[in-house]
Amino acid sequence: MYAYDQYDQQMVDARVAEFRDQARRRLEGKLTEDQFKPLRLMNGLYLQLHAYMLRVAIPYGTLNSRQMTMLGDIADRYDRGYGHFTTRQNIQYNWVKLEDAADILADLATVEMHAIQTSGNCIRNISSDHFAGAAHDEVVDPRPYAELLRQWSSFHPEFSYLPRKFKICVIASEKDRAAMRLHDIGIRIIERDGELGAQFFVGGGMGRTPMIAPMVRDFVALDQLVTYAEACLRVYNRYGRRDNKYKARIKILVHELGAEEYTRQVEEEFAHLLEQGVEPPLAELERIRTFFTDPPFEDGAKSVERSDPDFAVWVDRNTHRHKHDAYVSAVISLKPVGGIPGDATGEQMRLMARLAKQYSFDEIRVMHTQNVVLPHVRIADLPALWAELHEAGLGAPNMDTIEDIIACPGLDYCSLANARSIPLAQRISERFDKSGKTGKLGELKLKISGCINACGHHHAGHIGILGVDKKGKENYQLSLGGSEAEDVSLAKITGPGFDEDGVIEAVEKVTDLYLAQRTEGERFIDTYRRLGMEPFKEALYG
Amino acid sequence: MKILTGNDLKTGAVVWWTGEFWSLHVDEAVDVGERAEEIMAAEEAARRVNVPYAIEATREDDGHVRPAHIKDRVRALGPTVRPDLTLKPQDPEALDWVI
Repeated sequence: MYAYDQYDQQMVDARVAEFRDQARRRLEGKLTEDQFKPLRLMNGLYLQLHAYMLRVAIPYGTLNSRQMTMLGDIADRYDRGYGHFTTRQNIQYNWVKLEDAADILADLATVEMHAIQTSGNCIRNISSDHFAGAAHDEVVDPRPYAELLRQWSSFHPEFSYLPRKFKICVIASEKDRAAMRLHDIGIRIIERDGELGAQFFVGGGMGRTPMIAPMVRDFVALDQLVTYAEACLRVYNRYGRRDNKYKARIKILVHELGAEEYTRQVEEEFAHLLEQGVEPPLAELERIRTFFTDPPFEDGAKSVERSDPDFAVWVDRNTHRHKHDAYVSAVISLKPVGGIPGDATGEQMRLMARLAKQYSFDEIRVMHTQNVVLPHVRIADLPALWAELHEAGLGAPNMDTIEDIIACPGLDYCSLANARSIPLAQRISERFDKSGKTGKLGELKLKISGCINACGHHHAGHIGILGVDKKGKENYQLSLGGSEAEDVSLAKITGPGFDEDGVIEAVEKVTDLYLAQRTEGERFIDTYRRLGMEPFKEALYG
Repeated sequence: MKILTGNDLKTGAVVWWTGEFWSLHVDEAVDVGERAEEIMAAEEAARRVNVPYAIEATREDDGHVRPAHIKDRVRALGPTVRPDLTLKPQDPEALDWVI
């Protein structure tokens, strides 16, 4: 994985010192909250419902054990013993004190981590495929390109005050495991006639106006990748709405201009930028690439004894095919039945760090689904790994099932939310675990957001739930048919909303209809697409 | 009744104006009537509270103060999904009070 050079480290250390002084001045009353707020947000420090919340960047979700150990230590030292892994492959701490914030950043800096650009109208943490560098189906490891874009976008003076926040995703497989087309810029590295290049999709996103990003370029040479991204950003920075926060994302600009006109302007800017020579030299990409070489894989067993049925289910659901046939990527579920999606205790984080060192060449990935991956596990080591995970409450065999629910923090923690998300996730996972239907349902992605900002990705759920405020009461809208994958689609609302009990019943009704109507091999989303909304509406509302 | 809430500057903890100081317990909140703006300005200037604001609330027959909006009731208690982190960890009926 990428290691800081002296410039990276100096920048991060300097930012810690700068923020320490800003926090001191705020505590001494030399800065008002209005003056301090933009400064703390530039360092990922929010004021949430119950306390300060610190969001820490995990570039493209990649960590080593030293970093994960530090995240666990911070949970114990400065928080209330846990951290929350988010849908942006970040981690956030919900109970941070302002007087400790600079110390946390200093601790993070010792392991090459920070909270820079995890808030504000800038280019946020760049996300990627959680199986990057390990997946059997990628044309290349996408992380060097994500890292190049990270370096380009960090402290970029032209893009530090964009009309709104800006999210970039880079993948390198046909299969989209990172919701690539629901980003402001989604980049897919492809191979064409033996040459690698990048497809650019621009103007996707969820929130109050969900949009699927249209393709604006089907092949950008990799030695022009940054230049093309810069052209996309420049047109947005020039024309994006600054007068209305709700219309300020690039998806609105692309929609209002039309993809064709937006593309025309980007191409014009791109041609101009090519003359300016803004692209970093290829030598820099090559330097970065050297940090992402394969670990020393060895041949070994390609299968494993599966007589323990619980272990067999976990292997079937929670491991993913690796590019080396003696290895798999193993998903550590942060979704125990009845648990809070994405939460991990300090102790669990340190355990995951140790397991990564022992079983996965010291590598860890954070998934946007709020789980964690050990990307390179020898198939022969799976029984031992599973035993330890099972013992620690991290062995839930539920990846991509109805129990693998994405849920935002909702009204339990977030000052923007209108309704709680976590209790629904807890109750749904308990109900389906108890009924034994989870396995029968197969792949079923259920996502819950506590407000229209859609941090819980409800628009992209096969089943989506949106919490709203209805005359002071929590109310939940059910939607069906969304997908964040390569078959991307936006979910549609079924009809009037439900109370908490009602929406759980509603989930059961639509899944029962699916079980009754599916044909061989059909996933829930396939059956929904074949039947359409009407039968589901009929089942829900009669 | 109208009560004042905000977050403690140093810790971020949710606090309620008691007439003399900021308390962690909503039941100690007092009706500030028309004095909300004046108190908030003074307390914010004295760095005792962050982003204070006034809300509607009622005092129940049992003496508990109940903020009108669910968001402030959740703020008053703590996350409903982590009873161990709330201000009433041993009270099984605490959630009934909030929701």
